Amino acid sequence: MDIYTDAAREGAALLRSGGLDVWGIVATSLRVSLTAVFVALLVGIPGGYLLGTRRSFGRRAGLVLANAGMGLPPVVVGLIVAMSLSRRGPLGGLALLYSPTAMVIAQVIIAIPVIVAVTAASVSSVPRELRLQARSLGASPLHEALLTLAEARMGLVAAVAGGFGAIISEVGAVMMVGGNLQGETRVMTTAIVQYTRMGRYGAALALGLVLLLLIVIVNIALTGMQTSAERWERG
Amino acid sequence: MHRSVLPRRRRAAMMVLVAVLAVSLSGCAADKPASTADRSEPELIEPVDVVLASTTSTQDSGLFDVLISAFEYANPGYRVKVVAVGTGEALKLGETKDADVLLVHAKSDEEKFVAAGFGTERRDVMYNDFVIVGPPSDPAGVKAAADLAAAMQAIGAGTARFVSRGDDSGTHKKERKLWASAEISTPTPEAQAWYLSTGQGMGETLKVADEKQAYTIADRATFLTMKDTLELEIVREGDKDLLNQYGVIVVIDAKSQAGGQVFADWIVSAEGQTVIGEFGIETYGQQLFIPNAQ
Repeated sequence: MDIYTDAAREGAALLRSGGLDVWGIVATSLRVSLTAVFVALLVGIPGGYLLGTRRSFGRRAGLVLANAGMGLPPVVVGLIVAMSLSRRGPLGGLALLYSPTAMVIAQVIIAIPVIVAVTAASVSSVPRELRLQARSLGASPLHEALLTLAEARMGLVAAVAGGFGAIISEVGAVMMVGGNLQGETRVMTTAIVQYTRMGRYGAALALGLVLLLLIVIVNIALTGMQTSAERWERG
Repeated sequence: MHRSVLPRRRRAAMMVLVAVLAVSLSGCAADKPASTADRSEPELIEPVDVVLASTTSTQDSGLFDVLISAFEYANPGYRVKVVAVGTGEALKLGETKDADVLLVHAKSDEEKFVAAGFGTERRDVMYNDFVIVGPPSDPAGVKAAADLAAAMQAIGAGTARFVSRGDDSGTHKKERKLWASAEISTPTPEAQAWYLSTGQGMGETLKVADEKQAYTIADRATFLTMKDTLELEIVREGDKDLLNQYGVIVVIDAKSQAGGQVFADWIVSAEGQTVIGEFGIETYGQQLFIPNAQ
């Protein structure tokens, strides 16, 4: 059991001494993943709203796609993005491979299906009568959408949590398109892989704990939003 | 024909071995070569697993594909599992007894490992060499450098980017030594914008260097296996300080220490050394590893 106590002691010492660039790595992780979630929300919420409310032919196909997309292997996303951005790829001229932007692109692709599917599920559970009533009272389609989304806000918070959780803890794709460059594209997950490979279990464990802590903090915040939404609902 | 540094007798032995391998791999053994006659019956006992911790650069070169099958053919009682990590973690796996035998390239760390009582002894196995690679346009003018130190100084001037392994591997240690011998304090990504550090294996680091059109230091074997996919070329090679010695160590009290011992003895034997010496000649027209066991 020495392996755990040794690693824990070494990890704690590293966190205290600041010998590990933990905060730089955490900052990169947050900057990349929050940007990606924000972009994914811009696409995913309108997409999920349309899929959840419209009764059209494409709806079923779209839902299947979104649900299947939640199981999209991140490593495949990483491969396709890496190939596209590589100097020999179609978007090679942008010189984006191994940059934070490349990581955001991969994470947006991973997060969108999660956000679309959860949004679609939560808006479709909003009573249809509400929308009909709004429309009969002369609400514009945008107003109607905002009303429905407000009604489904509990689900929307879950969509954000799901999307953020999927990308902040993902390692395969960001390693492939980010390259784990120190001070530039090194995020918590890729740093953990690196330190494990180097046999520096203490450093890996320290970063692992920081990652867990961060996920818990984000989810406390999101759950707080959910419960305050609940209270607001009860009036 | 290709050049060979091996005596005729060894070459003959190797020919037989290659023939045997070819037959056993193709799986259509119509006429078994005479040399297999003395191995009358296949062993029915389940082979014992031997965990070999080694470096990504050796794995990426493809040496193990040939070396391990030759070993398992000669010693059917053992099955080798390769864990390819950096030299740092390979030694760590030895300390935790998660590996039975190590094949790594950081001599002073290996000697420390043995001195600390983790391994039986350290024996030389082979060496390969490092090359400095960079963009064909050679923006830092490394090719024009008079010696290795001047080459490192040309890169250290920072006119072009340099990608470091940054993972404490044998290759990374070699890089730090080269900066030191060129009297340059090792650059860091924080202080030098042109210095990138991947913390990853040789293959990934070469890909980053290719994308960023940067210089890097690679072992020749990995560079040659990836050369066709990279827009990089060798800008400096052949210096004595670019040589890279590999050693084998059996881990004391490992799960299969006996198996580790058999592997270590085999790899320094004439048979193992021949396989190492011949590797790469067919595919790349040159030896990738030079066997030099005592």
